[in-house]
Amino acid sequence: MSSDYLQTVDWSRAQFAMTAVYHWLFVPLTLGLSVLIAIMETRYVRTGDAFWRRTTRFWMRLFGINFAIGIATGIILEFEFGTNWSNYSHFVGDIFGAPLAIEGIMAFFMESTFIAVMFFGWDRVSKRFHLAATWLTALGANLSAVWILVANSWMQYPVGCTFDLATVRNEMSSFREVACSPVAVNKIFHTVSSSFTLAALFVVGVSAWYLLRRREQRMARQSIALASLFGAVCALLTAVTGHRSGAIIARVQPMKLAAMEGLYRGGEGLPLTVVGLLRPAGGEENGDPFLFRIGVPRLLSFMSFNDPNAYVPGIDELIEGDSVRGMLPVAEKIARGRRVIDSLARYREALRTGDEAAKAGIEALFDPATAEGREFLREYYAYFGYGYLESPRDVVPDVPLLFYSFRVMVGAGMLFLLLLAVVWLCNRCGRLAGQRWLLRTAVWVVPLAWIASQAGWAVAEVGRQPWVVQDLMPVTVAASKIPSSSVSVTFFLFLALFTVLLAAEIGIMLRQISIGPEPEN
Amino acid sequence: MDTLTLLQHYWWLLISLLGASLVFLLFVQGGQGLIYRIGRSEAERERLVAALGHKWELTFTMLVTFGGAFFASFPLFYTVSFGGAFYVWMAILFLFVIQAVAYEYRLKPANLLGTRVFDLFLQLNGLLGPQLLGTAVSTLFTGAPFTVDRLNLARVGGGGEVVIAQWTTPWYGLDALASTRNVALGLAVALLARMLGCQYFLNTVDDGTLVERARRRMLPAAVGFLLLFLYWFVRLLAAEGWTAGAGGVIVPEAYKYLHNLVEMPAVALLLLAGVASLLVSMWRGWRGRRDALWFGGAGTVLAVMALLLLAGWNDTAYYPSTAELQSSLTIRNSSSGEFTLRVMSWVSLLIPFVALYIRCVWLALRRQR
Repeated sequence: MSSDYLQTVDWSRAQFAMTAVYHWLFVPLTLGLSVLIAIMETRYVRTGDAFWRRTTRFWMRLFGINFAIGIATGIILEFEFGTNWSNYSHFVGDIFGAPLAIEGIMAFFMESTFIAVMFFGWDRVSKRFHLAATWLTALGANLSAVWILVANSWMQYPVGCTFDLATVRNEMSSFREVACSPVAVNKIFHTVSSSFTLAALFVVGVSAWYLLRRREQRMARQSIALASLFGAVCALLTAVTGHRSGAIIARVQPMKLAAMEGLYRGGEGLPLTVVGLLRPAGGEENGDPFLFRIGVPRLLSFMSFNDPNAYVPGIDELIEGDSVRGMLPVAEKIARGRRVIDSLARYREALRTGDEAAKAGIEALFDPATAEGREFLREYYAYFGYGYLESPRDVVPDVPLLFYSFRVMVGAGMLFLLLLAVVWLCNRCGRLAGQRWLLRTAVWVVPLAWIASQAGWAVAEVGRQPWVVQDLMPVTVAASKIPSSSVSVTFFLFLALFTVLLAAEIGIMLRQISIGPEPEN
Repeated sequence: MDTLTLLQHYWWLLISLLGASLVFLLFVQGGQGLIYRIGRSEAERERLVAALGHKWELTFTMLVTFGGAFFASFPLFYTVSFGGAFYVWMAILFLFVIQAVAYEYRLKPANLLGTRVFDLFLQLNGLLGPQLLGTAVSTLFTGAPFTVDRLNLARVGGGGEVVIAQWTTPWYGLDALASTRNVALGLAVALLARMLGCQYFLNTVDDGTLVERARRRMLPAAVGFLLLFLYWFVRLLAAEGWTAGAGGVIVPEAYKYLHNLVEMPAVALLLLAGVASLLVSMWRGWRGRRDALWFGGAGTVLAVMALLLLAGWNDTAYYPSTAELQSSLTIRNSSSGEFTLRVMSWVSLLIPFVALYIRCVWLALRRQR
């Protein structure tokens, strides 16, 4: 392949990853904080206690600072599908575009319309109208997440579509399968609940800081009471959906699971590595891939298939295949993918020369209405993307990055669950203010919430590599044909801009926390 | 008309409506460009920014929705235009990113850059955003240098040749600036945004001095807009267009857009009504009337919608290729499949409800309890 195009692919990956990383610094806080604010305002409307109005307005101020930069980084992502990934946009735009459009119509307008009431409507609309606007803003923000997660899930698990030879693209055949696939449903709950947990940790951390400073005691205690319970429940839900994610990945993206575990050789009744250090060389051929590891016996098999004795394939089996277990070798998948690509090349030639017989023959091959077509689509087209790979080893994602990211995500998640439960309990017993070590821990855990959240996305997206759409399109053929220098220049431009804006956001946020809520009265 | 054709026309109508609404909502950008012209003290500028601050997210959201709807209904345009006119779209995105944070951060303590820089962000977005968007829209009539071959996907090991849509010049969108027609429409849209921005201030700001300044600023913008639009429109009617003939073969047609107007009298009426409403808005704005914005808004939506319908309906190539005629995009050869368009059409039934709650909130925020 031309080296400049591959550099364009790499720079486009870097640009998209950079934008997504920045965007995801702000979105989870928006998702969770919007709901917490809505609960606080509901208390204000129900009790009429001005304390809750003041508390709501304080958290709302922080929400607004975060919301603005979340929007700013989000707009780029949508358009980068076109600017940087134009082949992808063509190949799956018929399916992928729909959730984005629905997101705009259903969620963005709701969010952007009612947020104006949230911020500017306190003295202009009734209490109940304002409360409705706050809830609708939270609903809009979370609906937006739902639709983008549906789109993302489809990239991991492309269902509800068929290939159309006339347009040389995948077309939607079942909206229900796209929107309600098990990957989508689980990802929505897992991502949203983890975002709620992050927001809860933020509220608990900021409130703990006030308690340490002996400022805003009532606001801090009440905010902690609400956020710690909310966060603990959400952290538990995150753990449950995380377990379910493992089971789904084992079926639909087994290579991702194997890479997450650093599992080169599979087997039955496998342990889950809790802590481990991978050898830099990696791979079973280099001996044990771990310098050391501590595992829980049979947990990987249980996590993957709800059976402690179940067989879990490793990276090597997934590459080499296993005829007994019905696993095709990647080399065979590559051959099948190339046959499909060759059919397209012959179709192109038939169109050019006007060879009607050859054209009709290839059209029959891709026709889902015939038995021959269905078989070809199932047995060959399903491996279309493999045809672009150069070597079977290309299907292995970055094992160390996945292995460590997964452990950071899970370990931090467990810590959050424990911390939020303990904070809630201490606060309920009225002993929190005296537990200064716990308050300090709550403050210092806040950045860890963001690290865990980013690690989660690294697991999801790095684990999808080399695919942009699982099995159907590798990233190496998905990019636009633009000079790599153009992408690299815009990469650095936006990197500089986002970094400056992030620094501004953090500065403003810290100052606002330091200022505290508006004076009573 | 078969179902797919009907859906393609329906979705082009919706895209036109969203695009037209976006142009109307550019009054926020127009207003931003005038903050330092109309507001001469910090306090005055604060009032203007506060007035715009209630609405900027609607413009932003409309841009995102317009992009998303275009992607869902005509994904090949997304592929060709965004993947080709890279520099123009990146510049537009940059300008909208800096706007999004400016409203919230400009007055906050410890904002790192200072109020002046965030105000500069608003100015840049206000002045250049509409200009670039207008220039990009004009290429729907003047075309761009690209080729499309879906079967490029069959080129294994061909490197960049596997990409189905390719730009044939090294300018990646900057070539649009070489056309006087594109630049003229860009400037016209920028001046229209400025005119609407003045009308928004007339409608929203309760300050006699500011209103008077906005009224005076509106006139040169309106006159400039009219002259440039007239120039662009006359050139459009005289221009050759591209039409999809039998079997989808694209052929050039002299006076294509004039023919479209004659062959689609409803669209011609829409355009006339839009222009008339815009003229009324200018007159009422000059008289200092608050309702000028509504005439300006309705006129903008009707006129822009009519122009976009001229670009896409009646078998017109709405994104002509100046590099290879048969690569030109029409609503037939670039749309999503029937199933997707049908699903999206159900979703589009939400649009009236969205418009209704936006209107209710707009009115509610104007009330002072």
